[in-house]
Amino acid sequence: MPLDNVVFWVFAPIAIGAAVAMLVMRNVVHAALFLVLNFGCIAVMYLLLDAPFLFAVQIIVYAGAIMVLFLFVIMLLGVDRSDVRTERLFLQRPLAIVLGAAFFIEIGMAVRAGIGFATKAPDGFEALQPVGNAQAVADVLFRQYFFPFEVTSILLIVAAIAAMVLAQRRVRSVTQAELDDATAAADAEVTA
Amino acid sequence: MRTPIAYFLVLAAMLFSIGTVGVLVNRNALRIFMSVELQLNAVNLTFVAFARMHNDLTGQVLAFFSMVVAAAEVVVGLAIIVSIYRRRRSVDVDDVREMRW
Repeated sequence: MPLDNVVFWVFAPIAIGAAVAMLVMRNVVHAALFLVLNFGCIAVMYLLLDAPFLFAVQIIVYAGAIMVLFLFVIMLLGVDRSDVRTERLFLQRPLAIVLGAAFFIEIGMAVRAGIGFATKAPDGFEALQPVGNAQAVADVLFRQYFFPFEVTSILLIVAAIAAMVLAQRRVRSVTQAELDDATAAADAEVTA
Repeated sequence: MRTPIAYFLVLAAMLFSIGTVGVLVNRNALRIFMSVELQLNAVNLTFVAFARMHNDLTGQVLAFFSMVVAAAEVVVGLAIIVSIYRRRRSVDVDDVREMRW
């Protein structure tokens, strides 16, 4: 058995198991940690698919930044209350699982009809990137996709500003009368 | 590389389906959001798998863009969840019904 096959069959079940565990865990923090495990397994898949740059980006951006943000918000909102597990819609959970399974079978059939289960990746991927994957990706990014790249920088700035505006506390402006009342009360306390 | 590309596609399909079930089943906004992240990652895996199959780096660049957009989406989405929580002390999506008729 070739080495990359072994790596795939080790990490694919872990990825699926972590995804399922994310769904069934009652504690939201545990669910988030299983999602980190799943992201790590997907990063290994990127390595198998000859994308070491995306492997690093996946670990830094997803498993690092995004999941830390998630955990931070979970802690901020409180985790001590467990979720309500009663169903409000009739048969919501079984129907969702059946629909998910049907969706999976549909995509599986599409893959079978499209490329077949035996198609292996062609050789010559290394020839595309003579000085390494990161440089080759940068070459495509900064030549063919330079304008979209610049647009994403605008998107990130807008997102950062939007997050600050959305999450800030509304500071009520104080009228002069309230200010006078407060000073008067403070003065009365000092004299008393 | 001896692993067939279809294996990666099937793995991505399975992760996407699990994410779909998570979105349909959960009512906690944070859990729904995590399931959406799972779906986004499954699609990224498909991008990279097809990039390898067609010997074309465009798929990897698109996955990179998708990660950037996902980061922006997480920032805004979590800010919305925090502000909803401030207003109504709950992240249950059934409680947020102002925009429903």
